[in-house]
Amino acid sequence: MIGVYHPGTSLVHRAPALAKLGVLAALVTAVALIGSLAWLGVASVVVVVLFVLSRVPVRIALRQVAPILWVLAFAVPVQVIFGGWEAAAVMALRLVIAVALAGLYSLTTPVSATLDAMQALLRPFRRWIDPDRVGLALALTIRCVPLLAELVREVMEARKARGAEGSVLALAVPVIVRALRTSEHLGEALIARGFDD
Amino acid sequence: MSEIVFEGVSHRFDQVLVVDDVSLVLRERRVGIVGANGSGKSTLARMINGLVTPTAGRVRVDGLDVARNGRDVRRRVGFVFTNADNQIVMPTVREDVAFTLRRHRLDRADAEARVDAALERVGLTALADRPAHRLSGGQKQLLALASVLVAEPAIVVADEPTTLLDARNARRVAEHFATLDQQLIVVSHQLELLEDFDRVIVMDEGRVVVDDVPTAALDAYRALIA
Repeated sequence: MIGVYHPGTSLVHRAPALAKLGVLAALVTAVALIGSLAWLGVASVVVVVLFVLSRVPVRIALRQVAPILWVLAFAVPVQVIFGGWEAAAVMALRLVIAVALAGLYSLTTPVSATLDAMQALLRPFRRWIDPDRVGLALALTIRCVPLLAELVREVMEARKARGAEGSVLALAVPVIVRALRTSEHLGEALIARGFDD
Repeated sequence: MSEIVFEGVSHRFDQVLVVDDVSLVLRERRVGIVGANGSGKSTLARMINGLVTPTAGRVRVDGLDVARNGRDVRRRVGFVFTNADNQIVMPTVREDVAFTLRRHRLDRADAEARVDAALERVGLTALADRPAHRLSGGQKQLLALASVLVAEPAIVVADEPTTLLDARNARRVAEHFATLDQQLIVVSHQLELLEDFDRVIVMDEGRVVVDDVPTAALDAYRALIA
């Protein structure tokens, strides 16, 4: 979801996030239940049509599916040995279709629209759960991934510069201290931006 | 212009007196605050929108007591931090600016218009859909400024906004700050940033030691740290 969104004005881009989440859930569930190669072939065609409708460049679309191919490179041969080629093909198609659909959702939906959709979903339960708070927690979770990745990268560089590459302590202590300090600063920034309750 | 009043303000942190009995009235359009590390200047700036509550005395913004009316004051006072990375919440530039308006309950068209205007104001329109965390340091600081301006505050407080930037980016960010219509309170070590200001306050060991026009105040500060 982070930095994946590809701006556009296609029908898929303009569809409400809540509807897209519903379709995504329904299609992934259907694909998980389908055991026939022929029907999975039909589902694959549907996915391709959705990608065409979204007008996302092929190169960017393939980048979403590429990581799962590495997993399949190991999983398919094992499945062929123990379950036969048909079971391996069903498993591979299911995974590729599910990942492609999730990728299509991320490519065509800004994170803020997903947060709005989640808040809309939670609204009927607002007596027990504060939708704004959940939305904010999700936003912060998403934000913290690149923030922590950058922090770990910097600490690893510093550790290397001090010649302590193998030391877990030299990695863990500064990362924890800086993560706590960063969370304090982030909290302060949220208060300054009006999220003070 | 707004009026910021410090009435006998002190702040103690872990038994250390960080701000010591400061009384000031700030009505000028652009006010600079300088001082060595630990002089209390950032704490003083944070008191303006209630990020830090004084342990003694009172801070008022346009008559509102910051300690009692924190939320109303924060709607009037925008804050730009030293490290813009700590201020970014959402993945893309546009979403991050729009994030500020989530609590403002504006309709979608109004919110989008304000986001577009804020991005244009700081020259980030072309980068609106880029991942925010992949911007350069200067661009991130401009994004932080846009995220503040979108709320249309009357006052902008900036705590060392150019400290982490290279000379070119610092100049670019400073130029944007210079053109703001809002009352501007800037804490900075970069003295050239404050040369065109209306008033400069020099702090040392928690106290205001000089309060004058920039030329006189900055000369006094240079003498103090020499």
